[in-house]
Amino acid sequence: MADSQIHVALAGNPNCGKTTLFNLITGANGYVGNWPGVTVEKKEAKLLSDKNVTITDLPGIYSLSPYSPEEQCSRDYLMSGEPDVVVQVVDATNLERNLYLALQVIETGLPVVVALNMADLVEKNGDKIDTDKLSKKLGCPVMMISALKNKGIKELFEQVKKSAASKGQVPEHKFDSSIEDVLDHIENNLPASVPAKKRRYYAVKLFERDADACKLINLTKEKAARVEQLVAQCEQDCDDDAESIITGERYGVIAHIIDECMTKAPAKMSTSEKIDRVVTNRILGLPIFVVIMFCVYYIAVSTLGGTVTDFTNDQLFGTDGWYVLGQGRDAYDAAVEAAGDNADSVDPAQYGPYVPGITTVVHDALVAGGTEDGGLVDSLVCDGIVGGLGAIFGFVPQMFLLFVMLSFLEDCGYMARVAFIMDRVFRRFGLSGKSFIPMLVSSGCGVPGVMATKTIENEKDRRMTVMTTTFIPCGAKLPIIALLMGSIIGDSSTTAAWISPLFYFLGVFAVIASGLMLKKTKLFAGRPTPFVMELPAYHFPAIRSWALHVWERCWAFIKKAGTVIFASTVVVWFLSNFGSYNGSFGFLPAMDGIPEEFMDYSVLAMLGNLVAWIFAPLGFSTWQATALTVSGLVAKENVVATAGSLLSVADAGETDPSLWTAFAGMFPTMGACVAFGAFNLLCAPCFAAIGTIRNQMDSGKWTAIAIGYECAFAWVIGLFINQFYNLLVLGQFGIWTIVAIVLLVAMLFQIFRPMPKHAWTDEDETNTASAAVSA
Amino acid sequence: MKTLGDVKVGESSTIVKLHGEGALRRHLMDLGLIKGTSFKVVKVAPLGDPVEINVRGYELSIRKEEAAVVEVQ
Repeated sequence: MADSQIHVALAGNPNCGKTTLFNLITGANGYVGNWPGVTVEKKEAKLLSDKNVTITDLPGIYSLSPYSPEEQCSRDYLMSGEPDVVVQVVDATNLERNLYLALQVIETGLPVVVALNMADLVEKNGDKIDTDKLSKKLGCPVMMISALKNKGIKELFEQVKKSAASKGQVPEHKFDSSIEDVLDHIENNLPASVPAKKRRYYAVKLFERDADACKLINLTKEKAARVEQLVAQCEQDCDDDAESIITGERYGVIAHIIDECMTKAPAKMSTSEKIDRVVTNRILGLPIFVVIMFCVYYIAVSTLGGTVTDFTNDQLFGTDGWYVLGQGRDAYDAAVEAAGDNADSVDPAQYGPYVPGITTVVHDALVAGGTEDGGLVDSLVCDGIVGGLGAIFGFVPQMFLLFVMLSFLEDCGYMARVAFIMDRVFRRFGLSGKSFIPMLVSSGCGVPGVMATKTIENEKDRRMTVMTTTFIPCGAKLPIIALLMGSIIGDSSTTAAWISPLFYFLGVFAVIASGLMLKKTKLFAGRPTPFVMELPAYHFPAIRSWALHVWERCWAFIKKAGTVIFASTVVVWFLSNFGSYNGSFGFLPAMDGIPEEFMDYSVLAMLGNLVAWIFAPLGFSTWQATALTVSGLVAKENVVATAGSLLSVADAGETDPSLWTAFAGMFPTMGACVAFGAFNLLCAPCFAAIGTIRNQMDSGKWTAIAIGYECAFAWVIGLFINQFYNLLVLGQFGIWTIVAIVLLVAMLFQIFRPMPKHAWTDEDETNTASAAVSA
Repeated sequence: MKTLGDVKVGESSTIVKLHGEGALRRHLMDLGLIKGTSFKVVKVAPLGDPVEINVRGYELSIRKEEAAVVEVQ
């Protein structure tokens, strides 16, 4: 590290404005990395005004205790020797609790600059803070800033550079003299290798019996015994345990400091309290929540977002093309109507400022360039690449809108209230209130749904929500449902209206049953996650942070879409267009004498035949059914289009009776048909969603567990439907009927048995991965 | 033993002792719920759990189940 380089660590409580400050001073060019081993985000970036200063944004924490991964990571980083100075961001409107962490950071012996954020709000409340006095009491510089209004930032970093050159401070604050005596004794027992300014930090940690610190210091046996004796004696004298004593002393010191440095205006009701009187009201809380969520969903998924996504899919990327500002659309539609069967001959460009779809443009350019129409290159580029990209990028506008709204709700403080309101419901299924948002969003699209799990801090809860949220039927699964309804009942709209909700109930049931079952496996076992959460004061989010929040999430998806998901799409294109016909292997559509249904000869058909036996107990063992499932992986709505081409009912939609008949003909019984539908709705989601799951889980193993569980669960449900239909309606009984009954009993047992008491350790994960999948 | 979960909405009380162990106990302490701390139960969620308390000048949401480890006056 060069001399001129300064490493600054940014520490502070959650919601203290740390991230706003980080975005402001770095210009939001930070790169997000993960701490090794755990999914805790650490951001690093250069200071905008001085490239020699590197800022590391630590996770928001309340303490430097050894219990939570965030806190452990933060203190490991602070003690690593890398940071030259710590900027301790303190929410000045909540000085008492924020100073609790500040004291601990000061005790590390690193040079600290305390940044009193939201100073403007303190003034507005009529309170006064004497920063000079506070600075003396804490033994480090204290600066007033407002990250939101960009005030005091320049002065703060002038001070930071000065402090970085200093050697750090020995903490000023002192505990009760009896405790100080014990700490002095412990300090004397520390090995000489511990530097002077860090001795107090380790003395306090040893007093607290902090396991990590004890290991690090590694006292000799006699000294360890001596320290233990001192602590035990002190505990006896105070009639309390060591951790409580230290916590009590810290809050005691803080109470003194606040008495001397702060004059409080008489308490009045804050704006947050006023808002909360309505928003989390016992009676109005739930209705208000429903209305807000309905608005978010309605705008992002049903109306605006849906329109934009359809536009991207069909017109921008597809073959439909579009009219600028819609001019000429009506005239064109009228002309198509008039032309009747010759609709294809109507040139849309004659009726207004027409822009053809990207597929059309690329196709025309290729043909003009001498590529064979419908040939290998044309098919790869238009169907494989452009089509694949279109299917994925179609989701971006919807996601963007959704994230604009969800990020706002999150940044302004409402999400914490949602968790407060909904916790009771979700705790029953082993989840917390925060799982509701992803489920709701998933009914529109699973991709943003999975991404919305980011707000769930608890790792187990987040993983379980990711695993179950795509069970909820998304918008792209609706055509499958319509096709099924048509095939079963022969009507997709009126009399069958009750079938569609049934599939939603199936999704909800899958979530609940999975929650109840998984919670009892070793993967998710353990005591229920505590739900002790601060309800932060409401505030209007900083536009910059808000925009950045949205951008980060969309960008993460686009990056994934451009790589993994895109590659998978091309692979599926290859599998369905290549194969051997008449003894030669190659690009099928270009072969001589190949029938219209060339997919019969594709690699996909061969592979489909290989794995079709898996679905025999579910009643559909043809390769076509398997191929449909695979095509659903690219995008669920593909199932209908692929069914059309496989069954030679070209250009048929999900509402076309000829497709219904042909589709129903694929299955031996109605039970098999419904089993197929249920399997496709519940099994692995599309590549876009799988990619997002991979992103969110940040672990290949967990992605495999999630997808594996979803497929296994879907298979079992399909088995139930087919076998029980055979048994109850057709009166057939076989070996698979027995399997289905056994599985049903096992499932009910797992759902209803009481929570087992596992001797659970975190290291067990690897051994139990398979157990969860088979459960 | 009267616990935080027994305090009625709108009432204030003082913490006598923190029971329980491990991460939850330490987390509650770090949030400032220690012996001698006074607090007020502000409201209960629409479905009856969790409760919201005001402690040390900020709002905290806590399930009744977890509130049971906090002994109050």
